[in-house]
Amino acid sequence: MKPQLTLDQIAAGDALPVLRYPVSATTVVLGALATRDWRPMHHDHEFAVTRNGVRDIFLNTPNQAAWFERYLTDWTGPHGRPGRMRFRMRDSVFPGDEMVITGTVTAVAVDQAGCGWAEVELDLAVGRESKTGCSARVAVPVSPDDNPWARRGERWRP
Amino acid sequence: MSEDLRADRPDDLPDDVTALIDQTTHEETADFPVERGYVWTACASVENGNPLYWDASAAAEITGGPIAPPSMLSTWFRPHHWAPGQDEPKLPLQVHFDLKKRLNLPEAIIAEFTTVFHEPVRPGDVLTTCQRLRSVSPVKRTKLGRGRFWTIDVEYRNVRGELCGVESYTGFGYNRESSEAAA
Repeated sequence: MKPQLTLDQIAAGDALPVLRYPVSATTVVLGALATRDWRPMHHDHEFAVTRNGVRDIFLNTPNQAAWFERYLTDWTGPHGRPGRMRFRMRDSVFPGDEMVITGTVTAVAVDQAGCGWAEVELDLAVGRESKTGCSARVAVPVSPDDNPWARRGERWRP
Repeated sequence: MSEDLRADRPDDLPDDVTALIDQTTHEETADFPVERGYVWTACASVENGNPLYWDASAAAEITGGPIAPPSMLSTWFRPHHWAPGQDEPKLPLQVHFDLKKRLNLPEAIIAEFTTVFHEPVRPGDVLTTCQRLRSVSPVKRTKLGRGRFWTIDVEYRNVRGELCGVESYTGFGYNRESSEAAA
């Protein structure tokens, strides 16, 4: 299988395709259970409203990380290997929201071990409000024959 | 965003908390092995169609066999909601809760976290983890209240001792203040 994307096809300033997704109660509950997060604010409406003071149950953070990861590798294809993700939580995402994930490449580089890296700023927003930010560093093949997943030890510097 | 209160209040971080910094604590082995059923549930929850997780031949060619999505690292350590003989539910990120109690800071948030991914996690792996308190700030005042920031690293390794990833959490433990007091 040839890589979907190689480093020479990426430049700083590139925008990733936008992902829009209508969040439902099922999205929230499925995401919480898939990450083994049993806390009630992610499945119990009354608890979320009365104890957390928010309007409904809301997406948990590990599931948002999974949304960002999926978004990133939708773009790179399976050869893309996440190296580092830094999350900044600002506000909650609720059933009924349309989640919009966007991304912009901020830098492209090859490290001393020869690994190609794209730095990408990701944002999860609802309407005009940014809910979660993510700075991601993903390894991308430098050529059609390269595979970042084959790197180990000193050759992998995330 | 935050105001450092060192100038008007001497820092009084307890010695036992200072002694915890950079110490390895809460070494644990996962309750269960990494398994593909959970990988598929996780992928389904975000509609992740990456062939690494669904197509055995793609996984064999690219990653030398099936792997779990890197973002699932901490999933393998979230305790069961119930287990026989378990009196109290176990808490993930125990150092965070220990600090809240020790420093008498009843409220806390995780302001940000970073995950660095190393060796891929594979079905059948039984991971081990440990936690390290990296830093505790002087008392600060934010719009949430008065408290301290702390950074905790959580390290994950496979049975071969290979590093699979490190998560760094920045928490803020605080006491709520009235609007007059916070102004």
